Amino acid sequence: MDPQALLTCLSTASCVITQTTGGLISGMLLFLVAAGLSLIFGTLKVVNFMHGSLYMLGAYFAYTLYTATGSFTIAVVGSAIGVGLFGLVFERLFMSRVYNTDVLMQLLVCYGFILILDDAVKIIWGAEFLSMGMPAAFQRPPIMIAGGILPVYYLFLIGVTLGVALLLGLLLTRTRVGKIVRAAAVNPTMTAALGINTALVFGGVFALGGLLAGLSGALAAPVRSMVAGMGFSILIESFIVTVIGGMGSIGGALVGALLIGLVRSFGTIGFPLFTEGVMFLFMTLVLITKPSGLFGKEQ
Amino acid sequence: MGDGNHIEEETMTDTQRPRRTRRGFIKAAGALTASGLAFPYVSRAQDKPIRVGVPTILSGRVAQLGISSRNALQIDVDKFNAAGGLGGRKLELITRDSKGKPDEAANNTRQLINGDGCEIIISAESSAGAFAVQEVIRELKVLCIHTNSETSSLSADPKIRVPTAFRTARQGIHDAIVSAAYAGSVAKAKGLKTWMSCSPDYAYGRDNTSLFLEYMKRFHPEIELVGEAWPKLFQADYTENITKILQAKPQALYSCLWAGDLVSFLDQSGIYNLFAQTTLFAINMADYTTLTAVKNLPAGIHSSSRYLKTFPAVPENAAWGDAYKAKFGDFPTNWSWENSLAMTFLTTALKKTNSTDGAKLADAMRGMKVKSPFGADGTVTMRAEDQTTIGYAIGWGTTIPKEPYVPTVTPGDWKSILEHEAEWKKKMGFA
Repeated sequence: MDPQALLTCLSTASCVITQTTGGLISGMLLFLVAAGLSLIFGTLKVVNFMHGSLYMLGAYFAYTLYTATGSFTIAVVGSAIGVGLFGLVFERLFMSRVYNTDVLMQLLVCYGFILILDDAVKIIWGAEFLSMGMPAAFQRPPIMIAGGILPVYYLFLIGVTLGVALLLGLLLTRTRVGKIVRAAAVNPTMTAALGINTALVFGGVFALGGLLAGLSGALAAPVRSMVAGMGFSILIESFIVTVIGGMGSIGGALVGALLIGLVRSFGTIGFPLFTEGVMFLFMTLVLITKPSGLFGKEQ
Repeated sequence: MGDGNHIEEETMTDTQRPRRTRRGFIKAAGALTASGLAFPYVSRAQDKPIRVGVPTILSGRVAQLGISSRNALQIDVDKFNAAGGLGGRKLELITRDSKGKPDEAANNTRQLINGDGCEIIISAESSAGAFAVQEVIRELKVLCIHTNSETSSLSADPKIRVPTAFRTARQGIHDAIVSAAYAGSVAKAKGLKTWMSCSPDYAYGRDNTSLFLEYMKRFHPEIELVGEAWPKLFQADYTENITKILQAKPQALYSCLWAGDLVSFLDQSGIYNLFAQTTLFAINMADYTTLTAVKNLPAGIHSSSRYLKTFPAVPENAAWGDAYKAKFGDFPTNWSWENSLAMTFLTTALKKTNSTDGAKLADAMRGMKVKSPFGADGTVTMRAEDQTTIGYAIGWGTTIPKEPYVPTVTPGDWKSILEHEAEWKKKMGFA
């Protein structure tokens, strides 16, 4: 514990700016994965344990598309759509068959696919870790604000993620599609009785969740090395975010992800040996005081 | 005409043939039966391959450890077999994946020996697995060579040491002494007084960093440690560690991050321009898989020589690196040369003893000196007292973004390494 270092940091503008933006950056990528996880749980009532693998696929798809085309835009858009389509196929062929079964069966199906996808990555891309490298457009010195440092790529990343969060919020609350998704989440039988194809809704939601995970993986690809199994660590953090924010709440996922990002960012200065512990402690406190999460609905 | 000759010959030999007795016939029949039984047996024993069990990691994030170890072993096994093997007996590798779990490493080793009939074990496990394998070897007493565990106590601590277990991996204490000597000299020349560390938060990261800092302070007491960052092993996002380093503003940074973790750290540090203000000493940088994975490799990173085909700068080393790449498509890793060195010791011991008995092979290996492209002077010695290698090539240099990546390597001084190691052993109660 080093509270003095934390106080010194909080009294310095450069430190506050650098650490806050650092926390936002960590939180934003986490939000994209956690939002998909939360969306799938909120609508389909299944925990997609292989969501981290979709993030991994997004990163590898982006690597391949970027290597083939040299365009980062194509890499990001293409990999997000590609993973979304993969999610749709996976949901229709496998997950849809275990919706009404025991959670252990769902876990087994997901775990099986985690192993299959990890091995597939090793076969296709090799067992060695890969790095995409920073696209030329972002290879420029960081921006300095009152002594604080903000890399250009991270500024772009924050902008994209906030845009996605806004679009997602609008889609779910202001459009007919959003109403149908929310209706299917609350009462799928009644929704189906009204003539709505709930199978299509469920498939679409799973695809959207996959798209968000794929987008997160693609945006992470320039700054994170890729290796088979890379989805596991982000899956754990996404679960923490979802539990804190509330299972099924997109707004909760955003707040939870940003909280985790900021705790890690300032925690590494004030309590470097207990940063992870604080995350879990925070999650435990939320579970005790509000078991449904900060923004979750009481069951 | 032919028939006539045949009759003539038969008549002639018939007169010269010794008289057959009933007892003689039985003896001959018995001998023939016995030899008839014995021949296939001898033949089977000669044909039976010598099975070498390889517990290692072939899945998960560290799969490259097992793959590049197995590749290197296979090259040498093929060479040994092509040269006739051991009196006709060929070597056969049997590999099992522990997934990095110590309990599975121990189970696999036991299964390789008792179930698969392996007579020798090459433990290509990380340190966590190697200590578990060591305990199985203590009980089953076959020859074992640890090829990837760098934790010094595995061979240095007499309580952990096992008579039939050896190590061909580099040792942490050797690395720490060489690293501190090199980094200290650079620090002195460039006036790098404030230092920070950023290493993975697990046993290897902690041990390696504390030993490095201990020797840095001993060699250069004027340096000041201004902070430490301990990211998790396999952490994806290093932003909070990088911003912490930026706040501390150290002149130099030491890191024992490795493989994909080091690549991520470099990529993420790059966009903060971290290395414009801080000189990086990354002990695990100069390994081809890492050097080639970083797309925007900054020039001037200081690194230890993990594996470079240009160090030692001898044709045998370059040829070995090229042969490996030609066969497998990738450059060898640090783990590859450590496994190849194990095969050199093993095959030499097999030829010397003409046996696979653990005790006999161990006797042959203690104090053995072999010619090796990975030796500082062309040879590597298996030190008898603690059954670990000394004299292997070890050094530091600075990176450039293209081949040969580390153009000049300053070799470590083995005389100094051994002196400081002896002191360390005394201090630790190992000697």
